[in-house]
Amino acid sequence: MQTHKGKKKLILIISILFILLLSIFIISFNIGTFAIGPIDVIKTLFGQGDSKQELVLFTMRLPRIIIALLVASALAVSGTVLQGITKNDLADPGILGISSGAALAVVIYIYFMNGKAYSDVSLITIFTMPIIALLGAGFAAFLIYTLAWKKGINPTRLILMGIGINSAFSAILILFQFRFSTQDFNKIMIWTSGSIWGTNWSYVIATLPFVFIFTVLIIYKARYLDVLSLGDELSVGLGVNIEKERRTLLIYTVALAGAATAVAGTIAFLGLISPHIARKLVGPKHKLLLPTSALVSSIILLLSDTIAKNVLAPIEMPVGIVVSIIGVPYFIYLIMKE
Amino acid sequence: MEKLILTQKKKKMNRLIMSTFIIVIGLIILFLGISLSVSLGAKHIDLNTVFNSMLSPSDDINSKIIRDIRLPRVIAAALVGAFLAVSGAIMQGLTRNPIADPSIMGITQGATFTIAIAFAMKANIGSSDLMIFAFIGASLSGIIVFLLSSRSIKGVSPIKLVLAGTALGTLLISLATAIAMYSNLSQELSFWIAGGLVTAKWEGVKLLASVGAFGVIAAIILSPKITILSLGEEISIGLGQKTNIIRFIGIVIVILLSGGSVAVAGNISFLGLIVPQIVRSLVGPDYRFIIPCSLVLGANLLVFSDISARMINQPYETPIGALTALLGVPFFIYIVRKEVKSL
Repeated sequence: MQTHKGKKKLILIISILFILLLSIFIISFNIGTFAIGPIDVIKTLFGQGDSKQELVLFTMRLPRIIIALLVASALAVSGTVLQGITKNDLADPGILGISSGAALAVVIYIYFMNGKAYSDVSLITIFTMPIIALLGAGFAAFLIYTLAWKKGINPTRLILMGIGINSAFSAILILFQFRFSTQDFNKIMIWTSGSIWGTNWSYVIATLPFVFIFTVLIIYKARYLDVLSLGDELSVGLGVNIEKERRTLLIYTVALAGAATAVAGTIAFLGLISPHIARKLVGPKHKLLLPTSALVSSIILLLSDTIAKNVLAPIEMPVGIVVSIIGVPYFIYLIMKE
Repeated sequence: MEKLILTQKKKKMNRLIMSTFIIVIGLIILFLGISLSVSLGAKHIDLNTVFNSMLSPSDDINSKIIRDIRLPRVIAAALVGAFLAVSGAIMQGLTRNPIADPSIMGITQGATFTIAIAFAMKANIGSSDLMIFAFIGASLSGIIVFLLSSRSIKGVSPIKLVLAGTALGTLLISLATAIAMYSNLSQELSFWIAGGLVTAKWEGVKLLASVGAFGVIAAIILSPKITILSLGEEISIGLGQKTNIIRFIGIVIVILLSGGSVAVAGNISFLGLIVPQIVRSLVGPDYRFIIPCSLVLGANLLVFSDISARMINQPYETPIGALTALLGVPFFIYIVRKEVKSL
């Protein structure tokens, strides 16, 4: 159990993370093509700004930031769960091909629906997109799970199957990409490299329920995750139906990764590194680990998005690339260290 | 004891016969494939004309199409297929990992990344400069693979190697994509990223052939050592081999072969996984046989893949890298299902 001292340290860590997030939040508000000073940002947030500032903040920057927070939390939670159920701390919805399943489904959907990528996405498309993405992610997860099944699930086999499925889906994605016109091709490329392009309130409304419901469900199952990560024999000994719990959790994860991919494309490695950092900060108990890794992930994504928007302004980099640049060296370091 | 040696000798004989058989049949089919590939296309040229213009070059239009467009392309396909297959075979032997290949380990992606840089710097870059850039890129990932696989006697587990390679590959491809987008070259570079032989020219093909010939000869000389290393690090050291030097030379060969291939045909994936695996199941674990057979079979596979890539969705070309990936993934899955316990 937590000692008094441990609790104090914990509160400190969480508060520091919150302060970090808040500062990046304000910085992210602050800079852009239309700069607003930090004090004005706070003023405007409390309804004291002029109409131009209000327009920029509330209809352009705020929804984007909220989407970033939702996507980051969804990916972090799904990464944490995947690492727990595969007992492999290198798992992540991107590496496992769940995200590319979702991406492929969305690209095919757009291809057949209106042929025009995102230039005039209708409201119906916005609200059906998460569901389509979810179906794609679900299909990918189903494939990975069944292919990895051989008298039970072996975590190593699960991950390698994921890598295989990821390559197959990426290849099909490329085949589809070449059928779009040049302009749409570029947009699809930007999206599949991961970028927060759904930046109005409709996207927030379309994504929020998924992220909220499934995150709550997963946190409710946190203790099963603790048991699962102890190992199969021990879990059975403790009376946990491993396969059933593993499957349920996998479904929740898929829902989260799908929803995130629908609005932000495939952002790899975020779901991988956030749980690692969080584990170092608060330890392996999932009840704490899940929210902390969501927090860490939000900080990383918001920071990356701010960099992506401004470093080459007025051109925007896909945020997924910025995340990869931060994430991959860390990932390789993790592998080298062991 | 004598009986044992006798059966060993018999086994070796069988393998030799099998390999010779594969190489001879492979070369015959390859020749047919090349002729077919030259004759098929937007302008159909019958086989008779194909052979005639190969034997006695003339100035008519068919002969020109064959000489300047179709022939370099199909030879590029054969070379790239052969070299990627040999690279895959070497990597599987050196890392003792059945699922190693230059695209899974991020080597082809490294070359793709530096080629993107080369294009962004200079639009009309020559074949030799391009190849140098590709070698630099392939070395980036090659060095990491080398470091990871030579760290300790036990080495890094194959799955970690695969994961590290995948991660690195993802990063490098997304960087290449970003460079392509910001230098307004996504059209030119997309075929490089997805793999394709459209841009194959004589100049690049000749360069690739000379670099490749050197690499393949080195690979064949090294092959007995690879066989021993593939049996295990301890055995290899016990037999007095300097394992890290062998591994280093092996990786350099892989960098030359796959970097050169990417400079000509872009990022073609999974070919280096499929071919050595098939060959291994036919001729056994001796790399003296695996490498030459992979060479021939790899050439065949890519020549025929290229024919399909051109025929599937006429008049458009299907990116051949995506095609080989779709061929390769079922294989990958099969191998993982079969061998994961031993990994």
